[in-house]
Amino acid sequence: MTIDLKTVKHISKLARISLDEKKAEKLATDMNSIFEFIEKLNELNTDNVEPLTSIAETTLRFRNDKITSENIREKILKNSPEKNDDFFVVPKVVE
Amino acid sequence: MSEITSLTLYELIKNIKEKKISSNEAAKSFVDRAEKSKKINVYVTENFENCLKLSKEFDDKPNFDLKLPGIPIAVKDLFCTNEVRTTAGSNILNNFVPTYESTVTQNIWNEGGILLGKLNCDEFAMGSSNETSFFGNVQNPIAEDLVPGGSSGGSSSALAANLTPVTIGTDTGGSIRQPASFTGTVGLKPTYGSCSRYGIVAFASSLDQAGPMSKDVKDSSILLEVISSFDKKDSTSIDFKRNNYSSELTRNIKGLKIGIPKEYRVDGMPDEIEKLWKKGIEYAKDCGTEIIDISLPHTRYALPTYYIVAPAEASSNLARYDGVKYGLRSSGKNLIDMYEKTRSEGFGEEVKRRVMIGTYVLSSGYYDAYYLKAQKVRQLIKQDFDQAYNKVDAILTPSTPSSAFKIGEKSNDPVSMYLNDIFTVPVNLAGLPGISIPAGVDKNNYPLGLQIIGKPFDEQTVLNIAYSMEEKINYKNNITDWWMK
Repeated sequence: MTIDLKTVKHISKLARISLDEKKAEKLATDMNSIFEFIEKLNELNTDNVEPLTSIAETTLRFRNDKITSENIREKILKNSPEKNDDFFVVPKVVE
Repeated sequence: MSEITSLTLYELIKNIKEKKISSNEAAKSFVDRAEKSKKINVYVTENFENCLKLSKEFDDKPNFDLKLPGIPIAVKDLFCTNEVRTTAGSNILNNFVPTYESTVTQNIWNEGGILLGKLNCDEFAMGSSNETSFFGNVQNPIAEDLVPGGSSGGSSSALAANLTPVTIGTDTGGSIRQPASFTGTVGLKPTYGSCSRYGIVAFASSLDQAGPMSKDVKDSSILLEVISSFDKKDSTSIDFKRNNYSSELTRNIKGLKIGIPKEYRVDGMPDEIEKLWKKGIEYAKDCGTEIIDISLPHTRYALPTYYIVAPAEASSNLARYDGVKYGLRSSGKNLIDMYEKTRSEGFGEEVKRRVMIGTYVLSSGYYDAYYLKAQKVRQLIKQDFDQAYNKVDAILTPSTPSSAFKIGEKSNDPVSMYLNDIFTVPVNLAGLPGISIPAGVDKNNYPLGLQIIGKPFDEQTVLNIAYSMEEKINYKNNITDWWMK
């Protein structure tokens, strides 16, 4: 199977990565060579195989829903690209 | 004492405990050497001043009961360090300063280690040559313009160049063992669940594991003892009884059964790798082990499986980089446009490629064909190992299908780059412990490594075999400090 330019552009929308025409073409080439290599898996019949979802055979642990960190609001906000008082600022969403 | 930087961790600890070297003297030596080693580009962020200050504080009030008493240590820039910039080798995290500490690094500081700085790595640990880092190539101290391996390339290079006595890396598909092999050093990937993933910038969560990188096997045992711990903050951390890896280290491995998997004799593998492996088998016999031929029939499906599972998990993990709460933000005409431009400018080519592959295999209509299929094959790969371990205690293979290559040699061909991890990836898929030890050189005098793979949670046996073989192999790195001339 081949991944065409239209598919690459659709995937880039889903992945929220903007691509120009040249980059999209390059990615299509790369992805095709990688998928050619991945298709090898189709040789195997896996009808009766249980998928391995986690290597750690443990059930997830519960914890109390309690705040453990001290007041780190200032420090957290320091990393934000744009802030206003105690809020993160994003481009206008509602008209 | 100008030789401080070439000591092993064990020797350095001994000298500090015997008060022959102070922590501050050690810190100064490593800082001085780093100042003369900028050319190999191992540091993304230096913590030198703070390291010198903390080492002085240690000397004023020493505690020699600690496992790493006043030892300066540089770490891969994938570990979050409280109030010290953490970039994961990416432009998107160029200005990110964590407000918390990873459990693994916290364990090191708790035992007296002192942060020297943060080491270069492939962007989000995606790469096998350190060429995908936003902060540029790292040079391999073995020879000029040679890659140090990856993704823990800054770590392996810093270690081989005597810029840190020991270091830590992370390994998702070989990112500790392959760079160790390329630089003539030792690298151990522990069993999945041994070392906490808390505070490590996530790549592929079902595969990522932190581990020690060192000049010899004993040093890895010392560091593993410090970093391996059960941690409630990591939902896949496993609560098992951990050995005292360094005090239980022994060369008495007589009678252990070592498996040789025939499927690791891959097409096009250079003669020298084959020879190295045969030599390794002889060394293992000399150590008193019994060699047994085994089969891991699904080996050839490991890389294709990995290149579905890892990008899928990565695309999900990297969805958090949206330019809102931290990291780079590019301006856009609306929210979606801002996301798209931020991620386009913030991520490098390899990361974008993998996020795209991951998004594709998880997208509507393709999940069963790719991700589910890969998880099923992953089960078969794990079963191969389970069956082999009914017959053997450990498995011996080459670490990589070649020695280190030149910078730029493979960067335009993703598949040929991926093939580098052919011997290391199955170990991550099965969650097993594996170590790479230097075992010889190729025709260019570049180091080659052998890998010992163990049963789950049996790091001790892996270390013991490596420790015994290391003595027989007696490998010495030939580092000429060419970058200082």
